Amino acid sequence: MSSALLGPPADTVEETSPGRTPRRRRRAGARNTLTPGAGLGLGIAMIWFSLLVLIPLIAIIVTAGEGGWDAYFQVLRSDQTWAAVQLTVTQSAIVTVINVVVGTIIAWVLVRDQFPGKSLLNIIIDVPFALPTIVAGLVLLSLYGPQSPLGLEWANTERAVMLALAFVTLPFVVRTVQPVLEELDADVEEAAASLGASRGTVVRRIILPSLAPAIAAGAALSFARAISEYGSLVLLSGNLPFRTEVVSVRVLTFIENGNTQSAAALASVMLAVALVVIVGLDIAQRRVSNRG
Amino acid sequence: MMLTPKAFRGLTAVSVASLLALTACSTNSEGATADGGVSIDLIAYSTPETAYNQITKDFAETDEGEGVEFSTSYGPSGDQSRAVEGGQAADYVNFSLEGDVTRLVDAGLVADDWNTGEHAGIVADSVVVIVTRPGNPLDIQGWEDIVEPGVEIVSPNPGSSGGARWNLLAAYGHALEANGGDEEAARQYLVDFFTNAVALPGSARDALTSFTSGVGDVLISYENEAILARQNGEELDYIVPDETLLIETPAAVTTDAEPEAQAFLDYLYTDEAQASFLTYGYRPVVEGVTGEVEGANDPADPFPAPKVLFTIAEDFGGWPAAAEKFFADGEDGEPLGLVAEVQQETGKLGE
Repeated sequence: MSSALLGPPADTVEETSPGRTPRRRRRAGARNTLTPGAGLGLGIAMIWFSLLVLIPLIAIIVTAGEGGWDAYFQVLRSDQTWAAVQLTVTQSAIVTVINVVVGTIIAWVLVRDQFPGKSLLNIIIDVPFALPTIVAGLVLLSLYGPQSPLGLEWANTERAVMLALAFVTLPFVVRTVQPVLEELDADVEEAAASLGASRGTVVRRIILPSLAPAIAAGAALSFARAISEYGSLVLLSGNLPFRTEVVSVRVLTFIENGNTQSAAALASVMLAVALVVIVGLDIAQRRVSNRG
Repeated sequence: MMLTPKAFRGLTAVSVASLLALTACSTNSEGATADGGVSIDLIAYSTPETAYNQITKDFAETDEGEGVEFSTSYGPSGDQSRAVEGGQAADYVNFSLEGDVTRLVDAGLVADDWNTGEHAGIVADSVVVIVTRPGNPLDIQGWEDIVEPGVEIVSPNPGSSGGARWNLLAAYGHALEANGGDEEAARQYLVDFFTNAVALPGSARDALTSFTSGVGDVLISYENEAILARQNGEELDYIVPDETLLIETPAAVTTDAEPEAQAFLDYLYTDEAQASFLTYGYRPVVEGVTGEVEGANDPADPFPAPKVLFTIAEDFGGWPAAAEKFFADGEDGEPLGLVAEVQQETGKLGE
């Protein structure tokens, strides 16, 4: 329970943040303005961050590196692994796009509109965080499996993978956009409208640029979470090679066969994919923000 | 970042709580309980949990087991074995595959003569069975019926689940037997098998959950799992195929175990402990232990002898050879195992 709550945000949040803060500091040109208190805070942050994230990450890369480039080549040369990587990245990307659109709409509805059951919806959004993923898988299987009360039989197909990923990553964009939207002053929009800006222009020039950093952060979290998902998929996707087998299942297969080096190599490939996407989102976000 | 003060307080509370939990664990693993008795760390795969609940209670009432307490942990066999290898305290281990014990032998945690005793380190047996929907609507009678076109098979993933290997070797053994030892025909059987596979969940338990949630027509599983599921009120039937594989679950004590752990292992071979295994659907390894098994097809005669019963040692040349021939994952330029190869082939066909 606690790991389901803490796990994903803890590691992915850290991944996105370090790039941003130092850059800002560098621009300010300050050398060392840390007060003793701030130094202590930074120290604690770094120790905790290293213990929790950096050391394990380095261990993965070192293990993977033991076999040299050849190990990476070997791992990716396997058709089955390559198919799993493709499936995982494609489905994660689709889910991330869905999350960006739907998550922003949900956040908008929650902040700007008044309707009965609003506070209930606000709480329910977090359920995918709180639910152990295997339970999520079970629930989805009973909803979309052969005994589906909805008449949808999506279990053991690519759609099942997408569905499970969408379920577990739903809260990310909502929860990152929501606070920003709450801070956003409706007066500015009204002012723009009174100056003759159409609704579309207001959205494009005022609302989106303000929300872009939050949307990008949420998208990065949701993508990173999606490519690493395992628990909710084991029951729902069927783990069929070339069809519904995701990377985490491949990694587990390597581990089960005592092949930790290949497991680490594949894991670090996925880390690189995550990094590329996170950086890409950050760049996109900056461009959109600058339009405002 | 996005953490509200409230969420931060929550995080802090959880971290502190888990730190406390960690320290609590470390004081507990020394082997002595608060009242001066002995605590045995029992690490096992998931299925025998109910049997062990009974057996550990009975053991505590014997002379050797007086005052012994158990700290138990159950989970997927491979994960459990890797956890012990990685330093989890263990006095007594019971896995579903020999390889999981061998891993601990290689790590120096289990003596290498663990399987030289009378029962070769095996505490309980089972066989591979075919689980069907209630009343067996497709009239499945054996291995040939499940590869008919349109029959949907659920079986745990041989990649991630060590236990799934029993199932595939049983199927392969049948195909070899039925085709007079023709390996090409047996391979074709596996192709048909994987063509019909609609789900390969991560573990045997996941496969059962998936099946009881409505996926598939047949589930390849173990007799004891099927019986346990029926004891727990799941609506399913099972058949013991004419040719099947003997599942042998190994157990061992670790090298620095409490002496009571060895006493516990010895106790497992008594009629009383074997009868407890039997109650929960395992085939006893000690001759002459009989009894009624609720949930079996015929509770009075729970364990029908199959016409042909393969064993890993005699029919597949032992686990190391079988693992290499069937399940090698093709790393380091070595050839793919037969099952992995067939899986790739059928996976591509299905695209």
